[in-house]
Amino acid sequence: MANASDQGSTGRVVGSSRVKRGMAEMLKGGVIMDVVNAEQAKIAEDAGAVAVMALERVPADIRAQGGVARMSDPEMIAQIQATVTIPVMAKARIGHFVEAQVLQAIGVDYIDESEVLTPADYTHHIDKWNFTVPFVCGATNLGEALRRINEGAAMIRSKGEAGTGDVSNATTHMRSIGDEMRRLSSMREDELYVAAKELQAPYELVKEVAESGRLPVVLFTAGGIATPADAAMMMQLGADGVFVGSGIFKSGDPAKRAEAIVKATTYFSDPKIVAETSKGLGEAMVGINVADIPVPHRLAERGW
Amino acid sequence: MSRIGVLALQGDVREHIRAIGECGADGFPVKSRAELASCDGLIIPGGESTTIAKLARNFGLFDPIVDAMSAGLPVYGSCAGMILLADRVLDAMSGQETFGGLDVTVRRNAFGRQVDSFESEIEFAAGKPFKMTAVFIRAPWVEAVGDSVAVLAEVDGHAVAVRSRNLFATSFHPELTNDTRVHRYFIEEIVAPNMVRSNSLTGAPRGSEGELR
Repeated sequence: MANASDQGSTGRVVGSSRVKRGMAEMLKGGVIMDVVNAEQAKIAEDAGAVAVMALERVPADIRAQGGVARMSDPEMIAQIQATVTIPVMAKARIGHFVEAQVLQAIGVDYIDESEVLTPADYTHHIDKWNFTVPFVCGATNLGEALRRINEGAAMIRSKGEAGTGDVSNATTHMRSIGDEMRRLSSMREDELYVAAKELQAPYELVKEVAESGRLPVVLFTAGGIATPADAAMMMQLGADGVFVGSGIFKSGDPAKRAEAIVKATTYFSDPKIVAETSKGLGEAMVGINVADIPVPHRLAERGW
Repeated sequence: MSRIGVLALQGDVREHIRAIGECGADGFPVKSRAELASCDGLIIPGGESTTIAKLARNFGLFDPIVDAMSAGLPVYGSCAGMILLADRVLDAMSGQETFGGLDVTVRRNAFGRQVDSFESEIEFAAGKPFKMTAVFIRAPWVEAVGDSVAVLAEVDGHAVAVRSRNLFATSFHPELTNDTRVHRYFIEEIVAPNMVRSNSLTGAPRGSEGELR
């Protein structure tokens, strides 16, 4: 398989799978927050975010305003990079490998090939092995997750339904990925060939999941997480960490809510702490019920 | 069997616990003061140093960790853990706290951003020196060391593994490889001698207390 990893004159190998996947391991147990400017990035860092996702509009606004959503202005991303010391991620459109090249050139720490932006290619995702920078991709089920990993994704996030504040789709996707992994683990080895066919995923990856019971990369969750209890529930369902998009900066008191979600993500199995952090957070984002969004407008349907 | 806690506020806790187990010791996550008190040694994992410090402060673990270290608890910090053990940090977030205790100056993200993260063969010069593949992820390096500090490994003239008495730190992540020799060094050369010492002081085997819980 083609790979961007390269051995320079110093004997350093950059862009190896271990370095890309390892970066995501360091984010585990943490919260990655969507921010649209340097000021929000600072609030996120102060609240204990493990990374920020720089984008021009949070998903709730993309949904409200419509139009084509693209990669953010590199200048805005540079301002955020100059403001915080934690990793800075940014989104590229599905299949838009030149947006990804641009984001790699300005040194973002992770690229999210994201269904929240308008897809640039309705057939192919980006060939992520060609890059030194690691990628995170969304998935609604195990087959989709394994197809993205086969294309070089070094981290997976369940998609949920971004910009809604409705956690139900994140739940569905986390449960689906978990169920399918448990099912593989219980299969006879000679049943895995058909399982791979049904999942539309490479046999080698299917076998790896069946043996280890886990994805070969870190699995975060995203899409609709708006409260500390939402975050804790996703962690109890097996997420390694949480992306929070519109949920923080569309709420009444972003700094306080951000910190509360960070605490609940660490102490997800302790209801007393989740209760304590949930007190007096002010208004949560208003939200939209996923059921009220016509299917063609659901972001989770993007990507294949 | 020595009980090695891994500070489990955020970061690659699972990988360290696996490596500890492969060394024949008992690895477990530490999220509370009670769990901290039952450690023969503590590992501060890779992760975000700002996040880990903030959570330690919020949940009352910060001062107990500092106290345990000054009372002689063996502690190993990898990457973010190295930053958290350092007395002085360059390129830190404004107001960033560290547990301190290790008389070194560490530069955060010194090797660059994620696109500069790398693996490289290094020589680890502790006990019987050996060569190993080390994984560096947005890694810090040690820019200056105090008199008490031994440098155990370098990359291009920058110190990437240091030890002073009960405190040990690497800017790389041995827990991301299948090579357990660095964990073994911590457990056998730093934790084990300390257990012998504390046993002879208290007159009771350290393990007995652990089994009662």
